[in-house]
Amino acid sequence: MTEQTKTSESAVGDVVLEAVSISRDYYLGRGRSGPVLSAVRDVSLSLYRRGVVAIVGESGSGKSTVARMLAGQETLTSGEVRLDGKVVHLKHRRAFRAYKREVQMVFQDPFASLNSVHTVRHHLERPIKIHRGIQGKQAIEEEMYRLLTLVSMTPPELFLPKYPHELSGGQRQRVAIARAIAASPRVLLADEPISMLDVSIRLDILRLLSDLRETLELAMLYITHDIASARYVADEILVMYAGEIVERGPAEEVTQSPAHPYTQLLVSSAPNPDALGSSLKTGTKIVPGQAGSALSSIVGCRFSPRCPFADEQCRTTRPPIVPTNDGRLVACWHLEQAAPSSVALTTKPRTTRAKKVLEKPD
Amino acid sequence: MADAEINETPRASRSKKPHVAREVSGTLPVFDIQGLSIVYRSGAKDTKAVTNVDLALMPGEIVGLVGESGSGKSTLAYGACRLLRPPAIITKGNVMYRGRRVREEGMSVLDQSRSELREIRWREIAIVFQSAMNALNPVLKVEDQLFDVMDAHLSLSRTEKRERAESLLDLVGIARDRLKSYPFELSGGMRQRIMIAMALAVDPEVVIMDEPTTALDVVVQREILSQIVELKDRMGFSVLFITHDLSLLLEVANRIVVMYAGHIVEVGTAEQIHREPAHPYTRGLLNSFPSLHGPRRELAGIPGTPPDLSQLPPGCPFMPRCTFATEKCQEVDMKLSPVDASKDAVHTTACPFVKPEDHVAQVNVRTRAAK
Repeated sequence: MTEQTKTSESAVGDVVLEAVSISRDYYLGRGRSGPVLSAVRDVSLSLYRRGVVAIVGESGSGKSTVARMLAGQETLTSGEVRLDGKVVHLKHRRAFRAYKREVQMVFQDPFASLNSVHTVRHHLERPIKIHRGIQGKQAIEEEMYRLLTLVSMTPPELFLPKYPHELSGGQRQRVAIARAIAASPRVLLADEPISMLDVSIRLDILRLLSDLRETLELAMLYITHDIASARYVADEILVMYAGEIVERGPAEEVTQSPAHPYTQLLVSSAPNPDALGSSLKTGTKIVPGQAGSALSSIVGCRFSPRCPFADEQCRTTRPPIVPTNDGRLVACWHLEQAAPSSVALTTKPRTTRAKKVLEKPD
Repeated sequence: MADAEINETPRASRSKKPHVAREVSGTLPVFDIQGLSIVYRSGAKDTKAVTNVDLALMPGEIVGLVGESGSGKSTLAYGACRLLRPPAIITKGNVMYRGRRVREEGMSVLDQSRSELREIRWREIAIVFQSAMNALNPVLKVEDQLFDVMDAHLSLSRTEKRERAESLLDLVGIARDRLKSYPFELSGGMRQRIMIAMALAVDPEVVIMDEPTTALDVVVQREILSQIVELKDRMGFSVLFITHDLSLLLEVANRIVVMYAGHIVEVGTAEQIHREPAHPYTRGLLNSFPSLHGPRRELAGIPGTPPDLSQLPPGCPFMPRCTFATEKCQEVDMKLSPVDASKDAVHTTACPFVKPEDHVAQVNVRTRAAK
């Protein structure tokens, strides 16, 4: 039993990759005497076969750090990552390489993540040789064709000799995805895979990712600051603010009736074309706020400086995790004010939350 | 004194309602692009970035210019301000500017000499550039960069400049002590606000915003947009807002211009574009973004990729990607004509084949399919 809310009604498989209350601190001063930035604090999540979990948050909320920790590219300050239930240790190169075989990443910027002096062929050839151990020109060639067809870059022979600068943004991102699945991983970590792309191309890439999830049975982590796209891609959404998860639950519930004040702010900030003549045109001002601070010296709720419901308790004590009546978990002291309709009737708020196992409501 | 000039700029033709067309309002557009064509010339091959574009910006109006990357929207805006260098060549057209500070019949931007252009740039037409990270000078303090603009166009004493800089920072909601900061000490949103403050520093009449919020997350984006609208209402400038995100424009713009492959394919009010999109490309754009509100729709997107602008096929450039394409599309001349002649002349489209009735039916099909 973990803190996970098991969500989707679609047939998701077993847990593949699991993070158990992982944290990451950065020391800002010289040595360890200066202020401490806890970029990620006590985050737990599980990635299921054929399931998509989304992390949504503003820049600096620690969402990419979570992905890097899961990818083994960032050390953990505390907590552990488990692959198939076994704790992951990446002390040796060989262990790292074996882990990479299972867990691959797609990065935000396809202009930067591909090497501009190498062709598409080079980018695909290396993971096939390194991770799959496929030998022989013919076999490698066939595999590259298969990969490019999977990401619908056809005909493959046309794209293999091309350099990144000869491709459009969408095509580059397809190559980056093809490179990630070349290792035939079971987990794909996609860090803002569409935010650098044109709006009209984003949809194609999202569709490609969900097709791949089905055909290759991938467990996927989708990181974004665009909660609207998370609604379409993910089964479960985790909302992060200043290094902490403030709300988690099924995608539809989180986006349609956000409970945490920060999620409410996120949802109300998303462009809403159906609200023509909305607050923007009438010039109503919304409260500007600083991005959340994750300094560990902050006690209490990290969202409290921007929160309309904040009081003394919020500023001094870390909020409890409260289950709502529709299967979500929300870290807030004043849920009955922020989201009256979703407060659980039965459960009393718990005062400590770290590492405490929460049962699913009902 | 500085405060007064920034905050109180009486504009004769300022009202809550947008000026939708020159026939209706009676006033002339403040920035008027007429039949502009721009090519990138390399050897004998011309890449037609902008072809025969008309775009008028009325006083106090926010016009949104939307299109994919490579559709020519930035080239159009920069070309109209004469900011392009060869190999970009303006082959045809005219750009009129009619601000309060120039003579009444207006001036043609394309005919100005270099020194005359220096006078107009920033003073009359300012630009908020796309990437605030690169557009600010990393080794100068914010205050020095703001002073720079003022030195170029106004003769103010140091105290006056400081006062003005401080009130500019107040305008965009940044603490005054940030004047002493370097760009790297500011967050992305703050840098973008500094860019806006800098654009407004000498009280321009036209502000061109090139993807001002693209690199920012949604909460900051919304703050900045509401600030732009508020400042526009207060100071009365006009905005040409360039973006690839149509969902954003629907909320912020009075009028929306949709560009594809260097051509304008549709013009309409936000309401018209949203409720009765006429051009298949606009419909594709509207169907490309996931919506957060309302029922989950089936998203269609736009299949295919934008065309190569150096070898455009005859007729409509959208034809290869269009679901309604027929042979007749090869003869389309891409002239804008009213969608519904009986109503008004604001809503125009370059697609002559799709009738309003058809797309009403289309919309119905779409909503039914979603259920």
